[in-house]
Amino acid sequence: MSSQMLGLLTGFAFGFLLQKGRVLRFDKQVGAMRLRDMTILKFMLSAILVGGVGIGLLSHWDWIQIAHKPLNVGAIAIGGVLFGAGWAVMGFCPCTAIGALGEGRWHALFAVLGMVVGAALYAELYPLLKSTVLAWKDFGKLGLPEALGVSRWAIIPLFWAMCLGLFAWFEKRAL
Amino acid sequence: MKGRLQDGAWSPYLAGALVGVLAVVSALATTGLMGKTSYLGASTTFVRAAGLLERAVAPERVAGNAYFTKEKVQVDWQFMLVTGVLFGALVAALTDGSFKMEGVPPAWAGRFGPSVGKRAFWAFAGGIVAMIGARLADGCPSGHGLSGMMQLSLSGFAALAFFFGTGILVARIVYGGRKHE
Repeated sequence: MSSQMLGLLTGFAFGFLLQKGRVLRFDKQVGAMRLRDMTILKFMLSAILVGGVGIGLLSHWDWIQIAHKPLNVGAIAIGGVLFGAGWAVMGFCPCTAIGALGEGRWHALFAVLGMVVGAALYAELYPLLKSTVLAWKDFGKLGLPEALGVSRWAIIPLFWAMCLGLFAWFEKRAL
Repeated sequence: MKGRLQDGAWSPYLAGALVGVLAVVSALATTGLMGKTSYLGASTTFVRAAGLLERAVAPERVAGNAYFTKEKVQVDWQFMLVTGVLFGALVAALTDGSFKMEGVPPAWAGRFGPSVGKRAFWAFAGGIVAMIGARLADGCPSGHGLSGMMQLSLSGFAALAFFFGTGILVARIVYGGRKHE
């Protein structure tokens, strides 16, 4: 099988589950940011909890490699703020905009077009950013276990406990 | 906790947990097929799409751009993953009857009225800003949020905190803080 075919099949399953969880909706995305409807947070954290255990085991057995993105603080802070602002106005993130088109919400097309234009603009800005923001402090490809000097398996149960507590609170408040 | 809700939706806990399983299977499958583990992500694909479109009108500009050279303008695994999301969502929506042609989202209409042009303009403008941010931060809620946090990457936790923190703040300004409706 080609890597493109594998990508298509994986994406199909991903899109199916995003739609079934109802996280592709503008109202759900904005609902989370307005702290009224935590559907997307329940969805994301559930994926992270289950995936975290699986990725932890497979990397422990050396079946897969961990691939941290670098902790380039200035770029993550400024980029994160820009992304958050655009996300709130657009009401979609990159994947959910594509998925929303699939469920007929064609206004997401304008979001997708905006993101393609944004990517082209970023390519133009890249030389400037490379010598400024991207050249600031980079802590490298760092994981929480190495940073804290503890095992991954000390963090994962704690993270599970925190998220389950959060879920219970969401359900109690009917969020 | 119910697995199935009304109108064919699944519990977000169940659907999310299955995405967790999918992410693990995908990590294993990409390692086996390509020799290097690839994690779910989406925003680099928008760079490649921009590069492919731009190449059609100004090929020398794309060839001479350092960022396009770095990210390689091609239809790769992630590009097809993002394409697959469209079809997966389409099939899910058609089979449970939740497919709906919609030009303005209900929550937007409640605040800013039914104008398609207004919604289109702000979706477009928001898209530009969000994608510049995602590329600078080196990821989106899929790459940094799902994949990064699953691996316990510090960058994933940091990025998601900035995404959500700013999102909450801006949503409060744009959509209002008080409960109305």
